[in-house]
Order: sequence, then structure tokens, then C-alpha cells
Amino acid sequence: MNDKRILLKVQGLNFEIGSFSLKDINLSVNSGDYMVLLGKNGAGKTLFLDCLCGLRKLKSGEIFIGDRDVAGLPPRERNIGYVPQDYALFPKMKVKQNISFGLEIRKINKEVIREKVGRMADLLGISKLLENYPKGLSGGEKQKVALGRALIIEPGMLLLDEPVSALDEPTKMKCCQEFLKIQKETGVTILHVCHNIDEVLMVAQRVCFFDNGKIVQSGPLNELIKKPANEVVAGFFKKEKC
Amino acid sequence: MKKDKLFSTAIYGFMFFYPIVVLSLIIADISYVNMAAIREVFHSQEIMYALKLSVISSTISIFFALVFGVPCAYALSRYKFSGKAIVDTIVDIPVFLPYVVIGLSLLIFFQTPVGRFIEKSGLAFVYTSKGIVLCQTIVACAYVIRTVRSTFDTIDYRAEDVAKTLGCSDAGAFFKITIPNARNGIIAGGVLGWAVSFGLFGPVVVFCGITRFKTEVLPSTIFLEVSVGRLEVALTVSLLMITIALASLVLFKKFGNEKSK
Repeated sequence: MNDKRILLKVQGLNFEIGSFSLKDINLSVNSGDYMVLLGKNGAGKTLFLDCLCGLRKLKSGEIFIGDRDVAGLPPRERNIGYVPQDYALFPKMKVKQNISFGLEIRKINKEVIREKVGRMADLLGISKLLENYPKGLSGGEKQKVALGRALIIEPGMLLLDEPVSALDEPTKMKCCQEFLKIQKETGVTILHVCHNIDEVLMVAQRVCFFDNGKIVQSGPLNELIKKPANEVVAGFFKKEKC
Repeated sequence: MKKDKLFSTAIYGFMFFYPIVVLSLIIADISYVNMAAIREVFHSQEIMYALKLSVISSTISIFFALVFGVPCAYALSRYKFSGKAIVDTIVDIPVFLPYVVIGLSLLIFFQTPVGRFIEKSGLAFVYTSKGIVLCQTIVACAYVIRTVRSTFDTIDYRAEDVAKTLGCSDAGAFFKITIPNARNGIIAGGVLGWAVSFGLFGPVVVFCGITRFKTEVLPSTIFLEVSVGRLEVALTVSLLMITIALASLVLFKKFGNEKSK
């Protein structure tokens, strides 16, 4: 039995937007896990992350983070770090202002902010970029800034929405290694959305497979590959392997 | 290669055609103006009052137009609600309607019980300088909404989402992220709205009339001077308006660009 504490528990989550819906989503994620949300484009992975963050209003369901039901709370009270697909950096702010934004909002002491931003920049290897604006940064650099901005508030959970999809292959792999390193050093629980098998193989401890707004299977990666729950899951891994 | 050159030459031709037409008109105006007319304009208390009223009223109008227009543009860009298409069409009406109809409609509105109540409650608009601000605000607001909305449409809403996860309320994300990101578009909307207000004539004449030292703005002055055959003075006032509009445009652009660097 896993002796880890359950950090995230989603029960009976339902959400509708137009003709698409997330249907009866149930999921548990242990503290410190690295879970990959897998599925084709349009399967509902990003919407699910939005629901976890509180950016979409649920039709029904419960979201427990620790012992707290956060389903009715606004995003700012959920303590979730979020890195969207295109990073959505704040273009009018310097890198250091992007990273410190969450601390500034919390009105933390300026000296403490400077120290934390410095440490975060060291961890991510972007100390030289602190005075730059996002406009001139490469894809990999932008991603690190977005990561630093999300991590600096010390979130209970980090949500990465296709964080490497805009990067070239070598940078992708480097970034995935970076995620693992960060998880190891910070102990943060990560939910990582992707639809690329190489990424999954590199980072996933557990995988949750989405199809048409439903979770069709979740568990350790090997289990999904060896015992796929249905043809969609089997087809995905077969196609990706080819 | 030859075809490409022909194409770029044609594009340049089109690009220069319209500015040349506009410049020709201004040069023609300048050639008609003489020193006596310039002296008369700057020594005329009525015209100086109209100038002051035009600048002040259009500045107040653009303030109100931005206060009402920016949130309206944000709602139309970001929110989903039933009747959105109808609201979207209604806010465009002042742009497509002949401006004079707005003045006429305002005059009729203030004959209704609601309008009379507003007039009696101390906010007199008909034939007053407040009426000028009202006319200008209504027209300028439509331009502000159109311009700012298209700016909001191009700004990634995900940045606001991220700000909310980092601790901002909806209002906090709006003021700390969206407004700074939309700054250039808001300035552009403001400049456009101000210029339209500054040159607004039809609704002002219908709703506020032309009373010297009371409701006379510069476009009204031009109309009055033309109607009594003093073309040189009318053209001098026109050139004065062009100069002020151009100067404010340049200032706004410079200010906007510096801040957005």
C-alpha cells in the first residue's frame, strides 16, 4: 500500500461548455506524485486543469486539496501554481517582476521577495534574465520564467498545461528533466498535461487518460501500456510507439 | 522580379495618394488665409472662448467615454451572456448613425418624462455646455468601445487567469494585468474619441444651439463664419483645429510609446 497522503481528490466532477462536457470525473493524486494527464487534443485535459484552478464554474462535484473542499473557492484561495500552454507571461513586466508577482500580491516584505526571487532564479538558471522583458526570451527561457512565477508562491500543487509543446525536441527533453529536478527539490505535486509518449515516459509516475471528457483509465504508466482499459488507450500507445 | 517591383510601386502609389489629397486640401486652406484673419481670430474673445470650450468639453467627454467605454469593451470581449450580439450592435449605432440624429434624439429624449425629470433635478443639458459634453461623450464612447474591445480581443486572457491563480481577485487581474497590457489600445481609443469629440458639430448644434460665450464650440464658429461669408476667418479656425488635433495626436503617441517601452 502507498503510505503517501492523498493531496488531491476529485469526486463526481461535472462541467459543461457548449456541446462538450467533463463527465463524472473521479481522481486521487498523492502528495509528491508526478501525474501525467494524457489524451488526444480536445479530450478535456485543459478544461479539467481550469476546473481545478477555479477558472471554470463546475456543474457539480467536489475538489478536495488536503482536507479542504475548494470547489466553491476562487482561484486565489486554492494555492495552486499554474503554467498555461503558451506560458502567458506578463509582457509589460520584467522577468523579476513576473516571478515576484504572486508575492507582491501577498504584500510580502520587499527584502524577502528579492531573496526568494534570487533563489528561484538560481534554481531555474535564469539569474541573468531577471532584468529582461519576456519579449526577447526564447521558448525555453519563457517556460522557466512561467515555472518560477508559479513555484514562488509555494503552491500545494503545480499544474503544467502542455508546458513543452512549443519547444524543439532537445529542449523538450531538457525541460522534462528540469521538471523532475524541481519536483525532487521542492517536493511539489505535479499534474502535467501532454499528448506525447516521450514526455510521458520521461516524467510520469502515474498516468490519467482522458477521452471525450471522461477519465477512461488511471494508474501507473506500465499498467496503461500493458493492460489498456479500452481500444482508445491501447490505440494511443500503439500509435505513439510506431 | 519585374512583377514584384510593379506591385510594390502600385502599393506605394496607393499609400501616397490619400495623404497627398489631404495635404493638398490643407495647403489650399493655408493659401487662402491671411495675416489679418489670423490676427482677428486670436483677438476675438468669442473665438477664444469657443476654443477653450472645445478643448475642455472634449477632454471631459473623453474622460467619461473612457470610464464607461473601457469596462463595456472588456465585458463585450471577455464575458459570455445572452443578448451579447444585440448589445454589441447597439454600442455601434452612434458610429453608423448620422451624428445629427443623435442631437435630435437627445432633444426628443429630454422631452420625455424621464428627460424632464433629469432636467428639473438640476442637471440641465438642453442648450447648455453640459449638453455639449453629453453629445460628445455619446459619440466618443462608441469609438472608445470599438477600439479598446479589439485590443482586449487580441490580449491573451490566460495572463489574467494566471494572475488569479497567483492571488489576484477578478478586479485585481483587470487593473494589474489587463489594463497595462491594453494601454496602447486604450490610448488609441482615447485619442480617436477626443478627436471626434473636438470636431463634433451636428448634434451639438441641434441639441445645444450656437450661443456665443455659452455653447459655441470651434466647429460651430466655422459654420457661423462661413454663413456670414467670412471664409478667411473660417479657414483660420479650421487650421487652428487641425493644428491642435495634430499636436495632441503627436503628444499622445509620444507619451503612449514612451510608457509602453
